[in-house]
Amino acid sequence: MARYDRAITVFSPDGHLFQVEYALEAVRKGNAAVGVRGTDIVVLGVEKKSTAKLQDSRSVKKIVSLDDHVALVCAGLKADARVLVNKARIECQSYRLTVEDPVTVEYITRYIAGLQQKYTQSGGVRPFGLSTLIVGFDPHLGVPALYQTDPSGAFSAWKANATGRNSNSMREFLEKNYKETSGQETVKLAIRALLEVSYFLSSGCTFEFIFHKLPEHA
Amino acid sequence: MECVFGLVGDGFVIVASDTSAVNSILVHKTNEDKIMKLDSHKFVAASGESGDRVQFTEYIQKNVALYQFRNGIPLTTAAAANFTRGELATALRKNPYMVNILLAGHDKETGPSLYYIDYIATLHKVDKGAFGYGSFFCLSLMDRHYHSGMSVEEAIELVDKCIKEIQSRLVVAPPNFVIKIVDGDGAREYAWRESVKDTPTAQPEALGV
Repeated sequence: MARYDRAITVFSPDGHLFQVEYALEAVRKGNAAVGVRGTDIVVLGVEKKSTAKLQDSRSVKKIVSLDDHVALVCAGLKADARVLVNKARIECQSYRLTVEDPVTVEYITRYIAGLQQKYTQSGGVRPFGLSTLIVGFDPHLGVPALYQTDPSGAFSAWKANATGRNSNSMREFLEKNYKETSGQETVKLAIRALLEVSYFLSSGCTFEFIFHKLPEHA
Repeated sequence: MECVFGLVGDGFVIVASDTSAVNSILVHKTNEDKIMKLDSHKFVAASGESGDRVQFTEYIQKNVALYQFRNGIPLTTAAAANFTRGELATALRKNPYMVNILLAGHDKETGPSLYYIDYIATLHKVDKGAFGYGSFFCLSLMDRHYHSGMSVEEAIELVDKCIKEIQSRLVVAPPNFVIKIVDGDGAREYAWRESVKDTPTAQPEALGV
């Protein structure tokens, strides 16, 4: 096994890409993040470990805007996230410049996933050690969307999902308690999912949330 | 024959530009908006080669938006003007953009400001500026009537004087103008001055078909 996990371009005999799987381990160690899709709202939540006394907590932003109508949260290596988010932001503006339209959530998810995949098939690089949850509204149809990507470059759409630490417990909770909700009910579901796992973690963690409500069309 | 001009008033900037899109002797349209919103509190009024004008100003607009997403804070008007000038300067000795720009903005800390940026990357911070043949008339009128701290009504009166002068004295004067304003509340359209409206297409019944 040890011979097949040095360079990621090498498959192991039983079809694994070990570097990708190790990247998923890094994700599992990242902070808990949750995303829920409602009928007229999308919610992202992330747990923030209590910041060190001397740290300026405002400089640690875990949920980022990619464009006016798309937001992203990730679990895993934060430094890798910066690179990915920067490229995604550029792509959002570049798309607007060439096509005169904002990106759809699916397009930018596909772009980010494509980037993550590229790094599983290149020499001398390692995969991005993070999974993302991407939310937003379709700029024309106003349909809410939630997508997840992972270090392998796979992506799919979800009604509700979680990633990072204790994501299995959160997902179980969401599967048990999910129903089509709107507005505050959706937000409450996301909060409850996070509280489900954070209760057992060290005290003094805060949450960061973003909700996008269905934009009013002129 | 394109005219773009603007002036700084008390807590606001007004920019006006003609709205004709012309190719040699043909007028494509008389309602072409040449004043592009850069962000919530900035306008770029541009004149020149129409392809370059749109390409360049849209490029600046997207880069200004990218800055805001990356840094969580909008660019100042001065920074946006210097960025624009820098892009013009870089392209100048390879593939110049034939675009003249008046960049108007309002910042919370420094108030209203207007920047004159011509196609060879000159940058000046000004109280009043103008481009095109119309500038010969506008600048003289503004020199005569402008004073610092004008109210919106006074500024609009001056803008209307300039438009009237352009339309009476310029041989191929543009018929329509758009006026936009930036102040603490944001960048928005103020008014149109139209002397030629699109004629409605004839209805089939009227043609006796």
